[in-house]
Amino acid sequence: MTAQTEKRFKPWDDETAQQIAADNRDRPGALMPILTELLEDFGYINPEFVPHLADLLNLSRAEVHGVISFYHDFRTTPPGETVVKLCRAEACQAMGGAKLAEHAKQMLGVDFHGTTADGRYSLEQVFCLGNCACAPAVMLGETLYGRVTPERFDTVLKKHKGAA
Amino acid sequence: MKIYIPKDAAALSLGADETAEALAAAVPEAEIVRNGSYGLFWLEPMVEIEKDGRRIAFGSVMPEDVPSLIESGFGAAHPLYLGKTADIPALKMQNRLTFARCGVIDPLSLEDYTAYGGFDGLKKALEMPPQKIVDEVKESGLRGRGGAAFPTGIKWQTVLDCAADQKYIVCNADEGDSGTFADRMIMEGDPFTVIEGMIIAGLAVGATMGYIYLRSEYPHARDTLRAAIKTAYESGYLGDNIQGSGKSFDLELRMGAGSYICGEETALLESLEGKRGMIRYKPPLPAIKGLFGKPTVVNNVISLATIPVILEKGAAHHAAFGEGKSRGTLTVQLAGNVKYPGLYELAFGQPLRDLIYEIGGGTATGRPFRAVQCGGPLGPFLSERQLDLAVTYEDFAEQSAMVGHGGVVVFDDTVDMAQMARFSMEFGAEESCGKCTPCRIGTVRGYETIDKIIRGENRAANKALLEELCDTLIHGSLCAHGELIPYPVLSALREFPEDFGLDRQAA
Ligand SMILES: Cc1cc2nc3c(=O)[nH]c(=O)nc-3n(C[C@H](O)[C@H](O)[C@H](O)COP(=O)(O)O)c2cc1C
Ligand code: SF4
Ligand code: FES
Repeated sequence: MTAQTEKRFKPWDDETAQQIAADNRDRPGALMPILTELLEDFGYINPEFVPHLADLLNLSRAEVHGVISFYHDFRTTPPGETVVKLCRAEACQAMGGAKLAEHAKQMLGVDFHGTTADGRYSLEQVFCLGNCACAPAVMLGETLYGRVTPERFDTVLKKHKGAA
Repeated sequence: MKIYIPKDAAALSLGADETAEALAAAVPEAEIVRNGSYGLFWLEPMVEIEKDGRRIAFGSVMPEDVPSLIESGFGAAHPLYLGKTADIPALKMQNRLTFARCGVIDPLSLEDYTAYGGFDGLKKALEMPPQKIVDEVKESGLRGRGGAAFPTGIKWQTVLDCAADQKYIVCNADEGDSGTFADRMIMEGDPFTVIEGMIIAGLAVGATMGYIYLRSEYPHARDTLRAAIKTAYESGYLGDNIQGSGKSFDLELRMGAGSYICGEETALLESLEGKRGMIRYKPPLPAIKGLFGKPTVVNNVISLATIPVILEKGAAHHAAFGEGKSRGTLTVQLAGNVKYPGLYELAFGQPLRDLIYEIGGGTATGRPFRAVQCGGPLGPFLSERQLDLAVTYEDFAEQSAMVGHGGVVVFDDTVDMAQMARFSMEFGAEESCGKCTPCRIGTVRGYETIDKIIRGENRAANKALLEELCDTLIHGSLCAHGELIPYPVLSALREFPEDFGLDRQAA
């Protein structure tokens, strides 16, 4: 019935990571699907895994590192339990997005790219969540919220904290 | 009784799951279908009940409305009652070709899909020689809906004419333009249409492998596409020997990783190859040397999702909508500060002013309109005096405006256009691929210079510097990212100089 579910990252483990890499190594352009799957499972790419990936795919470490550093999503440190993605793009700005961003930073006590001291939340800026008709938009994990006023942000966060 | 409640991400973002749960608990005997959204977002979560083959809609239904809905017998007396769904004025006025099924069907039901004309286009295509399919697309007048508006049939012809052992169809589902969500909606609400369009493209140009490159911000679309691709394989629409035709087509979903520039087709191809999303020099065109060096069709989601109806109903049916060289429909996405935000599939030629004031109902806040940005983050801002133009590629080009992917973002009079211009440059810098200097460095200089103007440092001189910088970007950039960033900046400067502390004379 429920279409939106809370998703949790697993702690990094080399064995699963190696399995993901091995399963995908023969796909054309394998590095991206491997990295995006690692990200989906663990929420980050462990930099210590780079040499293994480079060997497996016959690439230089610099090449693998170059790809990881190019894409905004590929963080190399574990995120908080839940990543809060806040839209900074135009449609959300037109509906008070900048004010919401300030509020979210203050509530969480972090800036963009920061993780709260208790490790619960990481705050990230994104440019559009495809929810521009219900602006401003925020995503917690993979759960999307629309028309997020500062008050609604607090309610959502409170509920989220309570549910965990 | 059947009850429909969307599982479109935007509907979910307004509480559709909670409403669905409340209804399931209150009416346990009902069959609950999670459909796509019609795109009338001020009415989401929209609930429909099907009685005697008619669908009756109720708008903005929250869990607390459920008891009264039941008490009213889902009747006309209820304050949230909207009447027959098909008669809702905002839907009735549309020309739904591409989105005909979106909202109507269960997105993952093959039965629903085929009952509403799904795969009829493919059936025809399977009987046609490739050149005939390409001709049909040419005659339809379809132009790419991803932004550049290149005629789709001509692109396909190039790929068809290339001799190669392998060709590819790539669906650009990066939908990076802020203010747009049509790709997301169709992928979530009618995913088989996208798949069918890709199969037909494969048949047309002789490609047997397809990729969908989806942005990572769309986990709901990801899950729906994964399920739809699985079903299409299981039912013999993908893989070898499609429906016993002897033709084959394989399809894979690939995820992006939060890079706007990867929506540009050559950067997208680099990313699909597992590399940094750096722009390639053109020529060669991707149609000739694309993915892994092979001839490749790169098309936007909406372009591909429009192919099935063109094959099903014929090129002439599609070409009958619109005017001039803007044929068919544009999926206008009204967003931002507007009273009735949503997706409106309309024949080309609507006056922009009507879109904002009549269809959109003016601003959501009720404050005066100040600016509109069409065509995504690289599109110029237009002011009140510029609204009298029709939404066609020709009219927009004449005004140096952009149709792009059909995004229309409205701002009221509280907007600070100097901040918007700064944001454009900051966004440009953040998402630059870094390959050429004007864009990599120029965008940073750009927002630094705007900051100086805002702070009141040497305004006239810095304004001149900014304009010079923009000129360098327009003429010295390798790709449209750098070339277009100046447009929102210069338009803000020209139309709203007072926000920069400049007077109109000086501007
Ligand atoms: C900076 C930049 C970003 C782009 N982003 C997208 C995008 O997100 N989605 C898209 O379909 N096209 C995007 N395009 C256009 C593509 O390069 C390409 O023209 C399009 O995918 C071709 O498909 P179409 O002919 O069906 O429109 C972008 C172009 C540029 C320059
Ligand atoms: S204009 Fe910008 S995005 Fe385009 S190639 Fe140059 S640096 Fe890359
Ligand atoms: S602009 Fe914020 S969700 Fe699209």
